[in-house]
Order: sequence, then structure tokens, then C-alpha cells
Amino acid sequence: MEVSAPLNVSLREFGCEQSLLSRPDGSASFVQGDSSVMAGVYGPAEVKVSKEIYDRATLEVLVQPKVGLPSVRERSQEQCLRETCEAALLLALHPRSSLTLVLQVLHDDGSLLSCCLNAACMALMDAGLPMSCLFCGVTCAISADGQIITDPTAAQEKDSRALMTFAIDSRERKVMMSSTKGSFSVGELQQCVAVSQRASEKVFQFYRDSVRRRHSKSL
Amino acid sequence: GGAVVHTSMFAVLKEKVGQVVVPGDEFCFDAENTISLSESAKPDRAVCGPGLRRTGDRLVVMKSGVLRHKPPLTFWIESQQKRYVATKGETVIGIVTARGGDIFRVDFGGSELASLSYLAFEGATKRNRPNVQVGDLVFAQFLIANKDMEPELVCIDGSGRANGMGVFGPGGLLIKVSLGLVRRLLAPKSDIRSDLEQLFPCELVVGMNGRVWVRASSVQQTLIVANLLQSCDTMTTQQRQQLFKKVQQGAL
Repeated sequence: MEVSAPLNVSLREFGCEQSLLSRPDGSASFVQGDSSVMAGVYGPAEVKVSKEIYDRATLEVLVQPKVGLPSVRERSQEQCLRETCEAALLLALHPRSSLTLVLQVLHDDGSLLSCCLNAACMALMDAGLPMSCLFCGVTCAISADGQIITDPTAAQEKDSRALMTFAIDSRERKVMMSSTKGSFSVGELQQCVAVSQRASEKVFQFYRDSVRRRHSKSL
Repeated sequence: GGAVVHTSMFAVLKEKVGQVVVPGDEFCFDAENTISLSESAKPDRAVCGPGLRRTGDRLVVMKSGVLRHKPPLTFWIESQQKRYVATKGETVIGIVTARGGDIFRVDFGGSELASLSYLAFEGATKRNRPNVQVGDLVFAQFLIANKDMEPELVCIDGSGRANGMGVFGPGGLLIKVSLGLVRRLLAPKSDIRSDLEQLFPCELVVGMNGRVWVRASSVQQTLIVANLLQSCDTMTTQQRQQLFKKVQQGAL
């Protein structure tokens, strides 16, 4: 089945704020359209002897849903986030320490995992943790008639036959993590990866602009 | 540490000084530029400060912030952070949490507790122990501070003199500020320090772990100075000077 990729990737309005919480060492909130996630980072801090790793830091991720207690869906989101963050952070610089990343979902209107990834990256930057590269999350949905939609809303996600989230790194635009749902062909997957890589340019430019604005007082 | 940097990378680095960089930004070595008859082939040795890392023959940025340069060869990233990481030679304010064996366990706000030996005070011997109790504040410097070993503090310098370090006296207030404010307070010609001097006479001890101890002649003045320091963390210079002026006129 032919899948048509959009020439211009359209993403919803972004919004981001750093250092908004006073207790955590780093915090950020990221808004994509109506989806909004707040992230807080603690670390490098003390770690329990049972959880310490002798040559690198121990990263813990907690995702709190908007309503109710965390369930299996949050656990799988935590696993995806943890894998991405461990690949981007330089954990070997803080052995026998713990890094804790807590995410609170404020509103879910589609593309939740990529909003969490973006909030996590901005919070890690805000905390001053050493990173080897930045990462961003992009969600693609394949609709019933074959269109690739980037950054879908909850309504668009419900009508799609496949939903994919990719974490893209900032140095070589490679895929760090992928989480997919639904049925699609190999060709469609490759097209979605290409579209996500193009969309990630806009997100990384947005990161740069946010950081520039934040440091503008000291320039 | 030092990194051998060829002159072309040096030129690219210098262009970016004063600009905001993010993790993952690289300063690459362009192979074509070395084969030039006009330039000397002697490589420059650049010093990587905090926030920069050398991988192979490239310099990579680790933290987001402003790239700074101190002539002739030092580059570093000035970032805003709240969490302190122990570094050798830095002086910090610690809280004594336990005494056991021959050492005190001191909390300096890092990922583990540091150890401070009984004998690391001026004039301390095995018979003449220092008068330090659990809960006291100490001003000490790091003797050993790297990622692989337990950090160790001492209250004497290389020649055995206290040099301003040791246990704090009674009174005063300990506050927590960001590491950026601490650097601005400790800078040689600090605006904030000179503004504070004109306000009240007060004693100020600044620890590089983001902790500041304040003591003024009355409790109210101590609280005013503490609140001023915590609030001028996020202010621009003009806002801060307006605030200090208001306090001087007695509005607060």
C-alpha cells in the first residue's frame, strides 16, 4: 500500500520552561499543542548500596499519570525513557551515584511519549548533568488512508492504523529508541524514520533557542 | 586536562566564545587546514575547563551554557547548576553528621559523605582533640575528590596552618544558593559583594558547594542579608541594585 509522506513536516506549537521548580536540581516543562509534561531531575545524589553500580551512575525514571496510580503502561514508558537517557548521559563520570528523573503528565492530547522525551532532555540539560548528545522524541501516525501524520493529536492517534515514536539524537540524527504500535510495512517504517529525522531538526533548533533565552541574562 | 589542539580548531573555538552551546556540539579538526605553507605547523595546547571533554582529536561540549575564554589557552563552559560535585582544592561548608573512629563524617551536599580526620585541624594532636560536635558547621577544603574514591576534607593547608578554615562559632545562618551565585560572590571584583558592604556590616563565609553562612549584628539584619542573597540569584544587575537601594532606604 502506498504511503504518502508530507513534504513539509508540520508539528504543533512548542512551549518550554526551564528551572520552574525550586526543589529538584533541574526541572523543565514541555508543551506540544495540548499535551504537556513536567520533568524534575535529582542528582548526582546518594544511592542505596543494593542499587549502586560500581562504574556508573544508577538512573531511575518515574512517570506519574495525570489520574490514578502508575500502571504497566507507565512502566513501559519508563523503560523507553531510561534506555534513551542512559545512552545520552555520560554515566561513567558519576559512579556509585543515583540520578532520578520524575515526570508528571499534566495533559495528554496525543504524542505523549515524545513529549516526555523532550521534557526529560530539557530537564537533564537544566540540571547540568554531563551529556554526550541531546535527544528528542517525534511521534508519527499512519492513518487509515495511508497518510503519515507527525505529532498526532489524541483523536488522530485513535483513527490511525499504526503509531510510532522515535527518539532521535542530535549529533548524527540516528534513532536511539523506537516504540511502535499497530501494523505497517518495512517501507512505511523507513519513511516514518526519515520524516521523524526531518522533524527533529525543528525540535533541536527550538532547544537551542530556549537555552539561549535562558542564558541571555549572563551574556 | 590539556588537549593538543591544532591552530585551525583554535580559530573555530575562538569564534564561538561568548555564545551559548549545547551538549553534543563539536569543534572538529579540519584536516585540510594543516597543509598550509604560511601557517606554522606547531600545534597549540588548549586547556579544557569544566563542561568540555576531549575525544580523540575533537573537543565536545558536555553541558549547556556560555563558552568562555581566558587568554591565552583556557576554554570552559559557564553553566547554571544547583548540585555540587566535589573537586580537589575547593573550600566548602560542611555539616558534621557523625563521629566514629578517628574521623568525622561531613555532609557537603554531594553524592556521598566526606571524611575529615581529627588530626586535620591546626594544632591538633592525639591528646589535644578539636572541639567539634555532631551538627557543627566546618569550613574545609578537599584533599581527595575524584569520582572513584571517597572524598576527604582537611581544615589545614599544605603548611599546617588553618588559613581561615575550621569550625564555625555560634550564631549566624546557613543558606543554600546556586553555584552561579557563589562564583559571582567569589569573583575578584564582585558587584554583589561591594553592594552588600555598603548595606550592613556582616560576616560572610562562602562555600563553593552553594552554601553561604551569614552573621550580622542583629538577627533581623542577618535575615535581611540572607533573603537578599537568595533572591538576587535570579535577578539582573539593575533589578538587584534597585532592591538593595530599597533596603538601604529602610523600605523592607
